[in-house]
Amino acid sequence: MRDAVKEAVATAWSQEWGRVVAAVIRQTGDWDLAEECAQDAFERALERWPRDGVPRRPGAWLTTTARNRALDRLRRAANESVKLREAARLAPGQPDAAPPDEVLPDEVLPDDRLRLIFTCCHPALPLPAQVALTLRTLTGLSTAEIARAFLVAEGTMAQRLTRAKNKIGNAGIPFRVPPPELLPERTTAVLAVLYLLFNAGYAPGAAGPDQRRVTAEAIRLARLLAELLPGEPEAAGLLALMLLHDARYAARTDAAGDLVPLEAQDRSRWDRRGIAEGTAVLEAALTARRPGPYQVQAAIAACHTQAADAADTDWPQIALLYGELARMAPGPVVELNRAVAVAMAEGPRAGLALADALAEAGELSGYHLLPATRADLLRRLDRPGEAESAYREALSLAPTEAERRYLARRLAEVSHP
Amino acid sequence: MKYLLLICSETADGFPDAAPGDLDAEPWVEEMTRRGVRLDGNRTRPAEDATTVRVRNGAQLLTDGPYAETKEQMAGFDIIDCADLDEAVEIAAKHPVAKFGMVEVRPFWTE
Repeated sequence: MRDAVKEAVATAWSQEWGRVVAAVIRQTGDWDLAEECAQDAFERALERWPRDGVPRRPGAWLTTTARNRALDRLRRAANESVKLREAARLAPGQPDAAPPDEVLPDEVLPDDRLRLIFTCCHPALPLPAQVALTLRTLTGLSTAEIARAFLVAEGTMAQRLTRAKNKIGNAGIPFRVPPPELLPERTTAVLAVLYLLFNAGYAPGAAGPDQRRVTAEAIRLARLLAELLPGEPEAAGLLALMLLHDARYAARTDAAGDLVPLEAQDRSRWDRRGIAEGTAVLEAALTARRPGPYQVQAAIAACHTQAADAADTDWPQIALLYGELARMAPGPVVELNRAVAVAMAEGPRAGLALADALAEAGELSGYHLLPATRADLLRRLDRPGEAESAYREALSLAPTEAERRYLARRLAEVSHP
Repeated sequence: MKYLLLICSETADGFPDAAPGDLDAEPWVEEMTRRGVRLDGNRTRPAEDATTVRVRNGAQLLTDGPYAETKEQMAGFDIIDCADLDEAVEIAAKHPVAKFGMVEVRPFWTE
């Protein structure tokens, strides 16, 4: 029984933290108070639930407890008139009474977590702060855990969070879902932050348990956003993209932690449930007939997961989708991916022409995947001398140890065939 | 909330890309006054006409010029009172100088 209660609290921690914090922020406008009171509410749950049983609606219980705690604290601090006004904004209640286990009236209003996501991702905040604040307030991750996941000192992360919270209050960043005229632009910004979160945990070489948790939280937040913004197919598109990438997580590296390229991955290690869910989410999103960059990227990922092996991949379709993506979200990295797909669909010569054009344009200078791609295509065209020098260039630019090891192996293959 | 809008140029020589009439702020002033969000504002003389004052040990020290030497220059200011930063940004973005220079939105100190 005790273990079951502990587990219920742990589950509520991961599922309800954001809801509790968001509700208290909306009612008090005080971000620090909201975090502290959420923390208190969970501590109280650990005391009460073993005795009273797990409430039917743990989220409602925790929200009411945190809100009462906030009211209590504001009342105690109510010797200042400002605090009195804040206290007056809270509905009258009995802070010491047991919280009611019933539907709260404000649950019919737009979800507070949606307000919270948009506020955390406000463009007046610097991007690293948006990312950190989204994690800290919407998930149960601690400042220390977030700092470890992003490889910065805990003090640095704490300061980043404090500065962001201060700016929200001092500069008057509103706690709300943006009005229709701002919504498309702001939604794009929120999706970008969530994808950044996902990639922070998914990038090759970032394989620690903290990064893995960040990836899981990014998926959870994308799921929440897709649910809260049913009219935005790109939100579902992003969720599908994350699910389809994540399904390949285990197969991306070998036992030594080295990167395994897509065509060499052991497809039996792909997570079939994740692929099925990602594909279903994507198909539902596509029925809105409003494609966007995330839906197209998810469609590309889906093409890969549908292939029984690398040779079975529908490369012409993937090359077509990259062409579509390049039209929607032009950029040299998309163009490089298109070059790879075209090489697979039409042969290495056609792909190399695109990659060479990119190298000539110089926009990707310093990006290791451009010489790495050229090297692979040159190898396949049986031009080992040029392949060798391109591999050397890629090796000197590769940012992670896993990628360097992979490139060094390929280099050895072309130098000593 | 009250905000100070600092109307600034990015270069020392003002707004070289603006055609005559591009920087006419009158329609903006009229619109924002009508909306009730603009409290005050004006153009300011260039930095070369500024005097910076310090008092140290009871003695006044005057320097010719602005408090900070930068290539960006303040050309004017407006004080607005509006709902939140989103509205302040919307107001700032409509100022004609936003297209040629920049507008800093600085919240007033409250409490």
